[in-house]
Amino acid sequence: MLLGFPLLSLVIWLPIFIGILVFATGGDRNARLAKWLALAGSVLSLLVAIPLYAQFDSIMSGMQFIEYHAWIERFNVHYHLGVDGISMPLILLNCFITPLVVIAGWQVINNRVSQYMGAFLVMSGIVNGVFSSLDAILFYVFWEASLIPMFLIIGVWGGPNRVYAAIKFFLYTLMGSLLMLVAFIYLYNVSGGSFSILDYHKLPLPLAPQILIFIAFLLAFAVKVPMWPVHTWLPDAHVEAPTGGSIVLAAILLKLGGYGFLRFSLPIVPDASQYLSGMMIGLSLIAVVYIGLVALVQADMKKLIAYSSVSHMGFVTLGFFLFNAYGIEGAMVQMISHGFISGAMFLCVGVMYDRLHSRQISDYGGVANKMPIFSVFFMLFAMANAGLPGTSGFVGEFMVIMAAIKVNFWYAFFAATTLIFGAAYTLWMYKRVVFGAVASSKVEGLVDVTGREILILTILAAAVLWMGVYPLPLTEVMHATVDDLLAHLSRSKL
Amino acid sequence: MIEIQKLYLLVPLAPLVGALIAGFFGRLIGTVWSHRVAIIMMLVCLAASITIFTDVSKGNIYNGSVYTWMTAGVTNFEIGFLIDQLSATMMVVVSFVSLMVHIYTIGYMQGDPGYQRFFSYISLFTFAMLMLVMANNFLQLFFGWEAVGLVSYLLIGFWYTRPTAVYANLKAFLVNRVGDFGFLLGIGMVLMYFGTLDYVTVFAQAPQIATQTIEIIPGLPWMLMSVICILLFIGAMGKSAQFPLHVWLPDSMEGPTPISALIHAATMVTAGIFMVARMSPLFELSDTALTVMLVIGGITTLFMALVAIVQNDIKRVVAYSTLSQLGYMTVALGASAYSVAIFHLMTHAFFKAVLFLGAGSVIIAMHHEQDMRKMGGLKKYMPITYWTMFIAALANTGAPGLSGFFSKDSIIEAVYFAEIPGANFAYLCVLITVFVTAFYTFRMLFMTFHGSPHMDEHTKEHLHESPWVVTLPLIVLVIPAIGAGWLIESILFGDYFGNSIQIGLQHEAVAKMSAQFHGVWGMMSHTITTIPFWFLLGGIFTAWYFYMVKTDLPGKIKQVFGPVYTLLDRKYYIDEFYSWFFAGGARALGRGFWKYGDVKIIDGFFVNGAARIVVWIAMLIRRFQSGYIYHYAFTMIVGVFVLLSLWLYRT
Repeated sequence: MLLGFPLLSLVIWLPIFIGILVFATGGDRNARLAKWLALAGSVLSLLVAIPLYAQFDSIMSGMQFIEYHAWIERFNVHYHLGVDGISMPLILLNCFITPLVVIAGWQVINNRVSQYMGAFLVMSGIVNGVFSSLDAILFYVFWEASLIPMFLIIGVWGGPNRVYAAIKFFLYTLMGSLLMLVAFIYLYNVSGGSFSILDYHKLPLPLAPQILIFIAFLLAFAVKVPMWPVHTWLPDAHVEAPTGGSIVLAAILLKLGGYGFLRFSLPIVPDASQYLSGMMIGLSLIAVVYIGLVALVQADMKKLIAYSSVSHMGFVTLGFFLFNAYGIEGAMVQMISHGFISGAMFLCVGVMYDRLHSRQISDYGGVANKMPIFSVFFMLFAMANAGLPGTSGFVGEFMVIMAAIKVNFWYAFFAATTLIFGAAYTLWMYKRVVFGAVASSKVEGLVDVTGREILILTILAAAVLWMGVYPLPLTEVMHATVDDLLAHLSRSKL
Repeated sequence: MIEIQKLYLLVPLAPLVGALIAGFFGRLIGTVWSHRVAIIMMLVCLAASITIFTDVSKGNIYNGSVYTWMTAGVTNFEIGFLIDQLSATMMVVVSFVSLMVHIYTIGYMQGDPGYQRFFSYISLFTFAMLMLVMANNFLQLFFGWEAVGLVSYLLIGFWYTRPTAVYANLKAFLVNRVGDFGFLLGIGMVLMYFGTLDYVTVFAQAPQIATQTIEIIPGLPWMLMSVICILLFIGAMGKSAQFPLHVWLPDSMEGPTPISALIHAATMVTAGIFMVARMSPLFELSDTALTVMLVIGGITTLFMALVAIVQNDIKRVVAYSTLSQLGYMTVALGASAYSVAIFHLMTHAFFKAVLFLGAGSVIIAMHHEQDMRKMGGLKKYMPITYWTMFIAALANTGAPGLSGFFSKDSIIEAVYFAEIPGANFAYLCVLITVFVTAFYTFRMLFMTFHGSPHMDEHTKEHLHESPWVVTLPLIVLVIPAIGAGWLIESILFGDYFGNSIQIGLQHEAVAKMSAQFHGVWGMMSHTITTIPFWFLLGGIFTAWYFYMVKTDLPGKIKQVFGPVYTLLDRKYYIDEFYSWFFAGGARALGRGFWKYGDVKIIDGFFVNGAARIVVWIAMLIRRFQSGYIYHYAFTMIVGVFVLLSLWLYRT
């Protein structure tokens, strides 16, 4: 129906525009207005994104909702947008998370409210831009732009050590992506002057440059995912970030890395991807096992969940480099699911932090006595984090393990240890925080979740359960694109 | 015909609805309506199960999908039901025991602040267990498998302020996860080699790959079927608490007694046994897997029964007894006597539920005292509890005429006839265990109900029989505990299980038993001439002599055999070893990776090191921008000199 209607542009620019309006409400005198405007803007952005799913043609493997305009003609740069079965679910995830983040910050953020809310809206638009850009330069601009709001969110509203964390986050990720730009320029020259990503997909390349390009991309994407050993910025960033920042960081920003592998590394340099797949699988498995063990001994809840994120994202990269349908679809499902679960886990920690101002596990104990409703939600998300069937956490892990066993039994063996480690670190934390007798007078004073918190937790719980009980609608939209990608991967570009 | 299919859905959904109502609206509708709703839903579930059971026994087998859970690649993952004799039997057993436990709970949990929550959990458990047994594919099996694990976790930690309870539930979940780890890999292998997770398709294709080998460790070709079956069996070892994954079950007694009866005796822990019986077409193709089951089952049977001898907590005696009985079932599976295993599963569900619920009744009367040394002489205060437990205890030991006799004797006989490696070992184990079982069971009875009372005066004054909601389930459950065994002829040797259990022609144990079977009376009269019967009498006699006649004897024996006693009392130090090696090891490894890998090497050396190098270079370069004019002038002169000399040199 809306043929030719610039839906993707709307999904990108509407939140950015409203975000700027939120900025314009000025100081904290108009905080109420800023909040409501931000909520309205984020919900509106979610609503305009729904047609992307509703009108998505899941039979078609190529790009849909395409927009194509000249931008910098001198260098053949275009404003080229489009989505396929890989990027569309990620855009929806992003639009889904933003209103939750706005609500989560409703009573918690009391200084520079308009800037806080505005930053999240702008970020949401920028991330949508990353997921829908089909022009390398446009992509790069959005990619780097996404750092700025998060840098500010951590640096302004973060914890005591926020400046160190913000700078570490910024430099780490910026360094990673510089070589990506170099790769784009190289590809521009080789392709005879095109910045179109889809052109790059078809571009034949010898193995040596493929490997170099792969490594250039790898640095950019591995830092974002983050893969072992370039993951150390994440725990620091999470610990210092405000709750909303942690949610977006875990739920959305990490997905940029995963998306990058699917959109760039695999299709542009398929031979190098195959050639180096052993290394990638190895790094992913280290992430699953090593980081799983590291998570076990964390004393800070946010650090624990941050490490758990790294471990779960290991499944994403593992799935990509197994080169079969279960693996790639499983990795996709894992990305979406991790968005819900890690977001929810950080939210739960945030709920407790707002009351007790501590993230240390040892400061808690017996929370269930005082916050029974909260404990039920927290239990659900903890179980989802441990990959319990019936929650979304199971689906992706299950698919990736099934994919791994096809390639090599031992890959599956090490990946499946997450069944034990994931449960161990999550439930051990849960036990120490929630179960037991009331541990201190501070815990004694805890009050249960408010209506606002229940609302967000319920929405996330519904998403987690729905995806666990009935993941079909999600996997269905990915099939055509993933099949196409796999067919593409099996053809050598040499 | 179309109506019956709607009933299939009703069976699991009714308890689910009960769970949701009791869980979400429990506070709103109050305690009475919460248990009423949950029990009515269980009645519906039981009625539907029985209707389906009668329908299935007429030969109406159903295998169909409810909905497509997911598609990936070319595979459809379905949620669906396989309703045949095996699943229908399990459905009736599960819903019947569950209903009884629901009723019992009214009495046991009275006044507990978590009353509604408890009903919600046990209904949820029933839902999960039914989904497990009704599954027509491995995926749904795994769903149910993990879901019962979850509810078990929640229920063991039901009294979440007790440190021991929340320790036990974490331990139970993690040990089960170790089993699930193998189980999931097994499912993965099935999916890889069969391309589907649907039972019927997999079973039909299994013979084609019976001889295929794989090299998991390069250079070592293993039978594919053995690898799959052993991986699946590792799952069963977790759930059915077989050595060495048995450690969680005794600790699970921290949960309220009704769930010890329902989950940790009658139903959930038998899921592993059920699963292997369900997979009989696969296991029949691997003698190696059968041998593994015989050995593991044998070890569990004997060594767990031995631990039961030295326990003083009444629930722990029953718990170790459960472990031992599960071992019996596993041995039966290993002997290819799947129907016998399920038969014992069924009879055990009834008599062990009575033992647990009876123990619970005693515990209520004793004001939540569980130490048998502080009991004694309860018989006259609690006649119903005593007599039901007495009958169940006899059934547990395998006394002729009671259900346990038929099923256990059949197991012993089946192992006797089994011809694969490990059968002799298992036979020895199950035989000795008959004596041990009789001993510990009657030791428990004597210590609790007979002799002189050891409780304090206050408790003694308040001793009385439990209310009818507690005794009624005991009486109702004791009926099948007596009578279920008499169905032996049709269950084991008739066509009861139809095609739901398949036995390879080379495994003749059941066939040989069938040839020797001459009716229930024949079986009972014959038994008097066999070893198990005399072991049984010997065990009871010894218990009587030790705990009724020469009551100072156990203490003396304890002194003489000090180290042996300590070994049993410490449960072979397995818990200590696990918590030192696995829990401690994982934490040490994690700390090492974190402190050295992440903090020192990656962050300290590379990340901050890179930052330091940048700073260092900057410091160095900064010296060139000193701001003093003579520095710059000097540098220029040096530069001119160098350039000039270069120029001169080249020309």
